[in-house]
This record gives sequence, structure tokens and C-alpha cells, in this order.
Amino acid sequence: MDFDLSKPQKLLKASARDFLTRECKLDRVRELMETSTAHDDRLWQTIADQGWTGLVVPEENGGLGLGLVELVVVAEEMGRACLPGAFLSTLTAAALVERAGSVAQRARYLEPIAAGELKATIAFLEESASWEVDEIKLKATREGGSFQLSGRKLFVPDAGIAELLICVARDRDGLALLPVERGAEGLSVKAMPSMDGTRKLHEVAFENVTVAEADVFGDDDARGALSGALEVGCVALCAEMVGGMQWVLDTTVEYAKTRQQFGRAIGSFQAVQHQCADMLLMTESARSATYYAAWALTAGDPGASVAVSIAKAYCSDVYREVGNRGIQVHGGVGFTWEHDLQLYYKRSKSSEVMFGDAAFHRERIARFIVDGGAA
Amino acid sequence: MDLNLIPSEQQFRDEFRAWLETNVPEPWKGGTGAEDRDDYIEYLRDWQRKLYDGGWAGISWPREYGGRGATLMEQAIFQEELARANAPQLIGTIGLSLVGPTIIAMGTDAQKSRYLPKVLSGEEIWCQGFSEPNAGSDLAALGTKAIRDGDDFIVNGQKIWTSFAQLGDLCLLLVRTDSQAPKHKGITCLLADMHSEGVSVRPLRQMSGDSGFNEVFFSNVRVPLTQVLGEVNKGWTTAMTALLNERANLGTGIQVVFKRNLAALIARSRMVERNGRPASQDPIVRQKLAQAYLELEILRLNTNRALTSLSKTGVPGSEGSIQKLYWSEWNQRTQQTAQEILGPYGQLKDFDNGIWEYAYLRARGNTIEAGTSEIQRNIIAERVLGLPKSY
Repeated sequence: MDFDLSKPQKLLKASARDFLTRECKLDRVRELMETSTAHDDRLWQTIADQGWTGLVVPEENGGLGLGLVELVVVAEEMGRACLPGAFLSTLTAAALVERAGSVAQRARYLEPIAAGELKATIAFLEESASWEVDEIKLKATREGGSFQLSGRKLFVPDAGIAELLICVARDRDGLALLPVERGAEGLSVKAMPSMDGTRKLHEVAFENVTVAEADVFGDDDARGALSGALEVGCVALCAEMVGGMQWVLDTTVEYAKTRQQFGRAIGSFQAVQHQCADMLLMTESARSATYYAAWALTAGDPGASVAVSIAKAYCSDVYREVGNRGIQVHGGVGFTWEHDLQLYYKRSKSSEVMFGDAAFHRERIARFIVDGGAA
Repeated sequence: MDLNLIPSEQQFRDEFRAWLETNVPEPWKGGTGAEDRDDYIEYLRDWQRKLYDGGWAGISWPREYGGRGATLMEQAIFQEELARANAPQLIGTIGLSLVGPTIIAMGTDAQKSRYLPKVLSGEEIWCQGFSEPNAGSDLAALGTKAIRDGDDFIVNGQKIWTSFAQLGDLCLLLVRTDSQAPKHKGITCLLADMHSEGVSVRPLRQMSGDSGFNEVFFSNVRVPLTQVLGEVNKGWTTAMTALLNERANLGTGIQVVFKRNLAALIARSRMVERNGRPASQDPIVRQKLAQAYLELEILRLNTNRALTSLSKTGVPGSEGSIQKLYWSEWNQRTQQTAQEILGPYGQLKDFDNGIWEYAYLRARGNTIEAGTSEIQRNIIAERVLGLPKSY
């Protein structure tokens, strides 16, 4: 057993850190937060040039075809840099295309995604704001050779910039996954201004939007494909959260070493030390859970889905908590607009609820250990 | 990264699993609070003897000392398999995990051949005479005195919180041999015979009812100079070696108990009622059980990461402090969850053999024994995060 990154994985992580330190400074993050899309064309293209938009896209579709451990290594550094924009949305949508699309559909969408020419997102949540697939109500009705979509999706990340939107709808046979391209007739996108400016949320309205039946993702197991894709998104999100926690921890420890009160560094006070020690424990535990989930998914481990829920439940709670402790140690300056802690604190909240919060994932775990008797 | 076992680890696991299948005794049926009862102690002694006869005692020790030379990963597998098999605890644990490795690292040949075989066989039980009434977290402040008299030391003083002293044949004992030197530099480590004249043991009753630990009094106890482990006045180094061995243990053993306990709680939650339905169907109970489970699973993953890191560096670091902090606090939270699920039943001594009443109280000690949570956090802050010393 070897629960450590391999040498190439460590190199990938170090180069991602270098790259993002150079290309995605926090000043730039702040500028992008103030835009309506949080998207930067140049930054996106350089990320694509690194191969990251196609990191886990199969080689036959122009990607690097790497595993999820490589993905979480890079995503962790993205979270540390607080990278704004549509990476996570596009990644998750690509994972869905890969799982649900035909050979032609995969070629059509995955190749431009890998090349950085296409951004995509999944429209999932509705008014119930539930990540339970069974609560999806938006209907896709068949008429002749096409589907008609009418209704609303909410909290859709990056819908203002994505060229491809995959709508999860209910068909008479079950779930239907419908690609809707930007500019489609009857499609309208409205911002839902929210706390975290690095990841923009939108209300997406469909008014008799038509999708040709031949274009619909035709996998027999739409539900399985969807949950598989969400697991990929979830584990990447957890990795981002770990990276964010690491930034908060590092920044807080540095501050505790230099900030003087009562004639000594505040980091010499046990009340401060113990906050930092707890932050380390939470950050490392979140990392263990996330790396394991990534490995388990890639290895096809039967416990992989539960491992993902474990990671997301834990990260959801502790990223917020690491932020709380970090701000507390900083005191007043930690509460200011000027200090960058606020970026991470807000991101921890948007990440906490995305793909299901801690309570949602704990219930999934309960189904496994209480109802399934697997404990 | 590959979380699968490599072939040699798999073989180790299969071999041990097969052995356990035919050798694990029936679970103890005599109830809790039995730590000082002869029949229970006999039951535990038999179990260690069986492990020894099967070649499964002291697996981490080098082969030349009767161990199996098991890797750290194999030691973790060993503990996991014990858990799966519902095996009893190891009575000789202080000798096997703490004293033995320290003697191997620092002992003379005579000490090795005299003591190591009987640690393995469980014939001699060891205890650890470190803490004193005025030297707890500040261990180096210890005051039990040893004065040289010919070929002996004469020891006077008192130890406290000494686990297994009531059964102990021998004691890894820290004494002050130079009261003029700075506190870390006047300490010597002795291998003391608990059956010597002048040693008396007074069991301390814990709030959980058992007498797992003790006060030990030394009144003019003679310990031959040949029983010094390491060098005179360099006992602090010996003590740190011992504690690193203790901390390298990473709580793999305790996870055995936790896993079983949580499974029992989940099973119980299906039987007790809440709001007219099984507690296991109550959304709040489900949340709490899931939280306990996911945290325990993360403890296992942290352990595996720490094992990987220890295997590569070879030097136990602060991993043990992180582990200890985590598991002790987990157990307190989880025993509170158990009490909430069981309601008034949780406090009964007759309900489920009193395991919940006992576990709740026993957990209270977890964040104090073997280094308080505060000391563990100090260690993490200073040694991992590099914050300035606070004392």
C-alpha cells in the first residue's frame, strides 16, 4: 500500500502551484470577481495550453486521459489560488458527455473542451434546491423528432459564459440529458448574484426550447452517467476546498508568527496555537478523504461512491471551520474587505452547498451504513 | 498512489486471517469493569500465549529477537485483521509496543536476552512508570529519586496513572539521578522488578469503575545498576525513544475497538425507538451515525497516509500527536452520540451488558491519558507548524 503521490504527481502539483502563482494572482481574482462572468479568456486559454481542460478527457478525444488523482492534484492548487471561472463546471459537464454521449457526441463536445474552445455546465437544481435526482421535475416532452423543454433551472454555475448547457430533465422514460447550446431559441440566462464572486450562479429559463432527439445524450443509463459525472465534479471540488484550506492555514500560521501583541508573537500563545493545530488536523483529514475518493473512483473500488460522500461531507464542514478559525486568529484585519481571507471564506460557503452539503452526503452515507448494513 | 495491498502484504493478511479464523477465542462474556478480575486476566493471558505460539506476537520486532520483521504496513494490517476477527485486547501491549522496541534500540545484550522472550510470550507483563503526581504533562519535572549505593540504585518516590501495574512484573521506570543538573539531564531509565521489596501498588479506581491504572510507591527499592536502560542521566533520551515508539503506534489498535463499537451502535439504533419508529430511521440519528462513521473512516485514511510517510522516512514524527488528538476526541463525540440515541437506556449497567455506560465514561479519559489534547496541540503547533514555543 502506498498512500502518497507518485513522483510525476508531485511534479504536476508543483508545476500547477508555480503556474497559478504566476498566472492567477489574487489581485486578478478580485478583478474577475467584479465582472459578470468571472471569466478571463486569456487565463482560460493558458489553462487549456497546460492541458488542464482535457486533463481527464480520454486521449481519443484530444485530452490527456489522466486519472482522478492527477485531477485532484491540479484542482487542489486551483483552490489554493482561488481560481475563478468555469473550470469545475466544464470538467463536470465533460465527465457527463464522456459517460452519456455517443462516439459522435463525445467527439463533438470533448475535443473543443480539451482544446479550451468550449465551456460547459450542467443545469441540475430547481426550486427545491435539492441534489436528489428524484426531485428533478423539469419535463422534456417529445414532439415529433424532438424534445421540448419549458421551465426553469436555478443555481446553474457559469451559465453566463458556457457555450454548452446540459439540462437534466424528466422524460416519460426517466431522466433525459439534453444539450442546449448558447443562443438557442427560447433560452434565457439571468444572474443570481451571490456571496462568492468567483463562481457565478444563474437562473436559466427554457421557453419551448427544442432539442432534436438525435442530439439528446442517448445512454440507456442516464442516471448512472449523471451520478458518475457528479462524483467526478464532487471530488475535484473537494480538492479545491483542500487547497483553499491549505492557503488559509499557511496564511494564518504566517500571521501568527509575525503579529506581535504583549511583546511577543501571538503564535506563542497556546490559545492561538491550538486553533492552528486544529486547522492542520482538519486540512490534512480533508486531504486524506479527498485523495482516497479520487483513487477509489479511478480504481473502480466498490466503496468509491461512499468515499466521495465522505469527502464532500467532511470538506463541506471543515473548509468553513478552517476559515472561521483563520479569521479569528487574524482578528479585525481578517474581517476586512481588503484581506484576501474573505475570498476563501466566501468560496468555502459556495463550495459547501455545491453538489450537496454535508447533511445531504451524510444521508447518503447513512443509506449505506444504516440501511445497507455495511458498517 | 496505490491503496491496494502489494502481494507480500496480501499474503501476510491472508495468512493471519486464516490463523485468526481458527484461533480467536469466544468473546469475553463476563461483562465490563473486569480489568482486575482474575478470570478476565487469565482469558487475556491465554490469548497472548496463543498469539505467541502461532508466531504472531511482536510482529514488528526484528527476526533475530523473535519477531517477524513486519513492515509498518503489515502492522496496520495486523490490527485491522484483529478488528475483523473481533479479537480480545492484548494484555502485553506495553511490553510489545513500547518496552520491547526500546530495549531492542538501547538495551545491552544481557537485557535483551533476559527480557525480550518473556515480553513476546506474555509471561511477564510490563508497566510504564513515567507520570508522577507533580509531573504529568511536564514529565521532565519528575522527582522519584534514585541514589547510588554500591552496585545498586536505591529508589524512593511515587508514580501515578500506571496502567497494568496491578499485574505488572516489571516496570520501565524513570527516576532522578542528578538533582543538580537541568531537569532533562538528571533522569535515568531503569528496568525495575515490580516484585522487589519496597514496591507497593494501590489501584486507582476510575470513574468508569475499573482499576486499570494505579499509584505505585517505591520505598528504598534496590535496582541493580545492570538494570539501567541506556545511560545514567541520559534517561530522557530513552524516554523519548519509548514515547516515539508509543506514538508511532498511531492508534491502529484502538480503531479496532471503535469500529466494533460503532457497528454495535448502528445495530442498536435499529432496535431502539424514537418517535414511534426505529431510531435508525430518525433523520437526526442518521446524520449523527453517518458523521461518526465518516470521521472514523477518515481516521483510517489518515493512519494509512501516516504509515506511508513513516515507512518512507523511518522516523516517527508528529503523526502520532495528530492521530491521538483525532481518535480521543472522536470517541468522546461518538459516545455522546450513543447516549443520545439510547436515551435513558444508555446509562444502564444491565443494558447490552453495560457497554454504553462504560464506554461513555471510559472515553472521558481518552483526551487526558498518554498526553492530553492540549499537549498534542502544543506539539502539532510547535513541531509541525513551526510556531514559537509557548513554555
